[in-house]
Amino acid sequence: MMTRFLTLLLAPLMVLLLGLALAAPAQAQSGPLRITITDGVIEPLPFAVPDFQAETAGAEQLARDIARVVAEDLTGSGLFREIPAQAFISQVASFAQPVAYPDWRAINAQALITGAVAVNGNQLTVKFRLYDVFSGAELGEGLQFVGTTSGWRRMGHKVADAAYSRITGEGGYFDSRVVYVAESGPKDNRLKRLAIMDYDGANIQYLTDSGSIVLAPRFSPSGDRVLYTSYESGFPRINLLDVNTVGRQQITTEAGEMAFSPRFSRDGRQVIYSLANGGNVDIYRTDLATGQHQRLTSAPSIETAPSFSPDGSQIVFESDRSGTQQIYIMPAGGGEPRRVSFGEGRYASPVWSPRGDLIAFTKQQAGRFHIGVMRTDGSEERLLTASSLDESPTWAPNGRVLMFTRETLGAGGAPALYSVDVSGRNLRQVPTGSMASDASWGPLQP
Amino acid sequence: MNTAHIKKAVTAVILVAALGLSACTRPDRLAGGAAGGDGGMGGPGGIGATGLDGASDPRSPQYFSQTVGDRVLFQVDQSTLTAQGMETLNGQAQWLLTNSDYLVVIEGHADEQGTREYNVALGARRANAVREYLVSRGVPASRLRTVSYGKERPIAVCSDESCYSLNRRAVTVISISAGS
Repeated sequence: MMTRFLTLLLAPLMVLLLGLALAAPAQAQSGPLRITITDGVIEPLPFAVPDFQAETAGAEQLARDIARVVAEDLTGSGLFREIPAQAFISQVASFAQPVAYPDWRAINAQALITGAVAVNGNQLTVKFRLYDVFSGAELGEGLQFVGTTSGWRRMGHKVADAAYSRITGEGGYFDSRVVYVAESGPKDNRLKRLAIMDYDGANIQYLTDSGSIVLAPRFSPSGDRVLYTSYESGFPRINLLDVNTVGRQQITTEAGEMAFSPRFSRDGRQVIYSLANGGNVDIYRTDLATGQHQRLTSAPSIETAPSFSPDGSQIVFESDRSGTQQIYIMPAGGGEPRRVSFGEGRYASPVWSPRGDLIAFTKQQAGRFHIGVMRTDGSEERLLTASSLDESPTWAPNGRVLMFTRETLGAGGAPALYSVDVSGRNLRQVPTGSMASDASWGPLQP
Repeated sequence: MNTAHIKKAVTAVILVAALGLSACTRPDRLAGGAAGGDGGMGGPGGIGATGLDGASDPRSPQYFSQTVGDRVLFQVDQSTLTAQGMETLNGQAQWLLTNSDYLVVIEGHADEQGTREYNVALGARRANAVREYLVSRGVPASRLRTVSYGKERPIAVCSDESCYSLNRRAVTVISISAGS
């Protein structure tokens, strides 16, 4: 039976389509291989990823390394558990060889991922197949990715995203990047610079030097630009940085003493931000192309941390108009806001989920900080974390994971990035090499 | 060829003379103004005396920061001036009216017990409270600018009230006006 191999391309890329003979039936059903992420408690699904096959001489190391990235992504999601290679009964000697399902069932591997790697010059080709072991069938079609050897980790992330997506029915998030503030130096003379990395902490690159304070970078929806607050002029202003050229410019906001807390609109054409004038902080919107400004709030209180809804029609923000920080939602063009947070304590830095269903926030109550989520009407509040200082959540592109800043207290206190599932499970520190804060999770890469 | 060379040489001599002239006039003007406090006193021989003179000279920036007091502190999550704060600001206003060559940047700060954006906004409120008070005491608003550092620039690094109370501050930073 023949099945067509789908080919996905990674820039800079070549188009390839190929057919491949398959032993298993092409019409695989989802069958029992399914994780529903919203389930309260999830028993991680056992999977096996044998080293990928090297199809060209010298590709052996990459074949092993890429399989490791796949395994680490899936295990790191908290939804999967890897069965170690020592337990394997049968080895995969060739990518085309029929799968010995009984051997994988015997070690309780519910999912099996096989792959093959070929290197030609600096061109890297990775193929993979996902098998539902207990159904004895392939889950989805084989996929092939073509890119460059320098982007080999992305190939692993692509494979893991495809496997995650087929098994959970949700979009993946592994082939994505995070922009954040890398910090160094003592607490009373902290140096900050913008950095970008893969979601898992690999491939860190610095985007600015640490000559002036930078705060809270925010990715554009397409991941090619970053807005952030910079003290380069001696006063907080909003800068726009091109991720590829690292060129940066200060954007012209409505006239005011201090501009900060910027965020892109979903089409990437507008910026919403806070502007301080005479001690009063309100939310404004500026069109990047026309330079037109619009004031969206006009209360004597602090209005800050605005974030658009995914459909662009509404803005969630924080305000202390009631006396303490609370979360409000208003129409994207301004207008009467409605309060959505009513619990005890203070609510700050709201971020609308990319799925539109939830708002993540920072909650401060009785000397503790939490990252939490609530529905957009304020109901079903759930606190996912607790520490002496957690703040500034950012959503994974599939809306299932949050990354945030956790800072320890005292003279040696240091910030680090953590991630946690929207269910509150799978709390883990993101390795960043240095102190880190204010993450913004970018989109899934094309 | 020859004349061209000579012309160039002559031009160079004139340029050097012009530079020398301006270099001569500048120190005279500065010395005559005597606005610089310790800067003007730093002649040969005044080794140890410079620093002492700076702090005791009521027109010096050191006197402003140490004797008048360059900062006011705030209660938790507040931007209302305390009675002690107003007293300090009365002294600042008086000093700034006497020393009218100085421009001011008021820096607002917050302690670490708050989210980053909110603390920037809170620092802006605190800096503005100081500005409004100074203006009410007669300091021209055109000499005053404000900036908020939120929780980015703590001066005390422990994580209890003894440090937080020092970090919740507005600092009046003075600099000599470039135009004077």
